[in-house]
Amino acid sequence: MTTVAERQAAPSLSTWERVRGWVTNPWGRPRFLVLVTWGYMIWAIVPVLIAIQFSFNASRSRTTWAGFSTRWYWGDPVDSVWNDPGLRHSLEQSLKLAGADVLIATPIGVLLALGLARWRGRGSRPANFLMLFPLVTPEIVMGVSLLLVFSHVFTFVHTGTLAQILGHVTFSISYVVVIVRGRLFSIGRQYEEAAADLGASPTSALTRVLLPLLAPAIVASAAIVFAISIDDFVISQWLSSGEDTDTVPIQIYSATRGAPLPSTNAIATIMLLVTFVSILLAFLVWRVFTRGERRAAQSTAESMGAFTV
Amino acid sequence: MYRRWLWPGFALPGTLWLILLFLVPFYAVLAVAFGTVDPILQQPVPIWNPLEWNVGWMTETLSRFAPGGTFYGVAIRTIVYVVVSLALCLLIGYPVAYYISRHAGRTKNVLLILLILPFWISYLMRMLAWVNLLAPDGYVNRFLTFTHLLGEPRDWLGGAPSTVILALVYGYIPYLILPLYAALDRIDRSHLEAARDLGASPLRAFLHVTLPLSKAGILGGAVLITLPMFGDYYTPNLVSGAPATSMIGNQIDLYFHGGPQPTIGAAITVLLAAFLTVLMAYYMWTIHRATHEVRDV
Repeated sequence: MTTVAERQAAPSLSTWERVRGWVTNPWGRPRFLVLVTWGYMIWAIVPVLIAIQFSFNASRSRTTWAGFSTRWYWGDPVDSVWNDPGLRHSLEQSLKLAGADVLIATPIGVLLALGLARWRGRGSRPANFLMLFPLVTPEIVMGVSLLLVFSHVFTFVHTGTLAQILGHVTFSISYVVVIVRGRLFSIGRQYEEAAADLGASPTSALTRVLLPLLAPAIVASAAIVFAISIDDFVISQWLSSGEDTDTVPIQIYSATRGAPLPSTNAIATIMLLVTFVSILLAFLVWRVFTRGERRAAQSTAESMGAFTV
Repeated sequence: MYRRWLWPGFALPGTLWLILLFLVPFYAVLAVAFGTVDPILQQPVPIWNPLEWNVGWMTETLSRFAPGGTFYGVAIRTIVYVVVSLALCLLIGYPVAYYISRHAGRTKNVLLILLILPFWISYLMRMLAWVNLLAPDGYVNRFLTFTHLLGEPRDWLGGAPSTVILALVYGYIPYLILPLYAALDRIDRSHLEAARDLGASPLRAFLHVTLPLSKAGILGGAVLITLPMFGDYYTPNLVSGAPATSMIGNQIDLYFHGGPQPTIGAAITVLLAAFLTVLMAYYMWTIHRATHEVRDV
C-alpha cells in the first residue's frame, strides 16, 4: 500500500474548487475512475451472485424467483444434483480428474522447475522454450492435437478418463514450473550453500533446506492445478468418450445449450465452493509457511497475487 | 556441490512428458492435415514423412479462406469480434487498473480481491450467469422493458453479435486487468512527480509518462487474452449458437464433432496456429525476458 503524496483536501473548499481539484490534481481521486471501477466490479460479480441465487429457486425457472428451496441440490427426486445420475457422475469425474492431475503434475512440475532453473548444459534452452508453449497455445489447438495423437499414434490410450488425465497434466505442468521457479529465484542459493558449508550432504541440503523453503510454492501450485483442472472445459470435452466421462463444465455446457434447470446453477455453485475452499486452504497454508518472511509493505492481497499466475 | 547430472535428471520427466504429449501431438495434426483420406471409410490417413506430404487438403482449405470462399466470412468475423472485444476490454480495463494502482487508497485490498475473484469462478458458470440474465424473461429484458428502454423483450440469445462480444469481453477481461494493474503499479511515482514539477499538465504527464511506461503491460495483457479468444468456440455456442455468429473455433469444432472431414479440421487448426505464431512468440519472449530479469538480480 502506498500513501505517497496522497494529498488531503483542505476542509473549506468550494464545490467549484473541488471539481477543479479532481481535474487538475493527478493524485486526487477522479470520480470518473471511481465510477468505472466500482461499476466494473458490480458488473463482474453480480451476475454470478444472481446465478447462485437461482440455484436455490423453489420453481423450475432460472429467471423468476419463487422462494428459497434446496430442492435442486438434493430435494428433487429426479432432477437434483444428488439424484440426477448424470450430474452426480460428472461431479465425481471432475474431482477424479483434478485429484489425479494434482498428484501427477505437481511432482513433475516441481522437478522440472528445479532442473530448468539450474541446468546450464546443452538442451536446457530448448527445454525452457518447450515448457512455455502450453501456456500460450489456444486450448482448441491442444484439444485437436491430443485427440489426433490418441487416435493415430498412442492408440492404446482411448478417449476417456485416462486421455483426459494425460491432457490435464500436459497443460498443468507449466503453471507449476512458473510458480515454483519464481519462488526458487527469490530464495536464491545462499541457504543451500550455507548448509553445504556446515557439512550437509547434497541430498540433505535438497531435502532439508530447499524443499521446506519451496513448500509454500508447491502448495500454491497444487491448489492452482486443482482449480484449473476443475474449471477446464475444452480439453475435457475433446478427450471425453461420452456421457460416462463428462465433467461438470461439460454438463453446464450441454445443459445451457439445451434447456437448463436450476440444478445446473446448483452444480455450478458447488464447483465454485470447491474451488474457493481449495484456494483458501492453500492460501492459509502459504501464510503459515511464509510467516516472518513478509515485509510490512506486502499486503494480504498482494501475496494473494501469487495465486493468479 | 551437486552432481552434474542432477539438474538435467530433474528436468527429464517433465521434458519427456511435454515432448510426448505436446510436440508429438502437434506433429500428428500436421501429419493429418498433410495426409490423405481413406476413400471407403472416409477416415483421415496421416502421412508421417514430411517429404511425402500431400498438400491437396491444405490448399483446398486455404482456397476456402480466400475472398468468396466458405471460410472467408468466418475468418473476417472472428477478427472483427476479437478486435472489438479487445478494444472494449482495454477501454474498461485500463481505467480500472489505473484507479486501483494509483488512487484506491484504503479500498485497494478489497478491490484487488474482487479483481482476482473471477479467476476462481468457472468460465462456464460466468457464461451460464449471462444466459440466465439474457433469457427472454430474464432480468435484463425485464429491466429494459420496465424502464421503457425497450418496447418488448429482445431475443438476446438468438444470434446477436453484440451478445457474443459482450460475452467475450465479460469472459476475458479479468485476464487483461491483472497484468495491466501489475504494470501500472510498478511505475515509479518519482517519474510522474518529475514530469509535474517540470510543468507538464496532468494529461501530458499521463500521455508521456504513465502510458509509455505501461506499454509492456498493455501488450502483454492484450496478447494474453487475444490468443484464447481466437480459439474460442464455446462462448458463441453458449450465448448464440447461430451460424451467423460462428467463429473460426466453431469451424474446427464442427469438422471434428459430427462433421465429415477431420482432415479439413486439422488443416484449419494448423492455419490458426500459424496465424497466431507471431503473438505466441511475442508473449513467450516477454515471459522469457521477465525470467531473466529476475535471475540477474
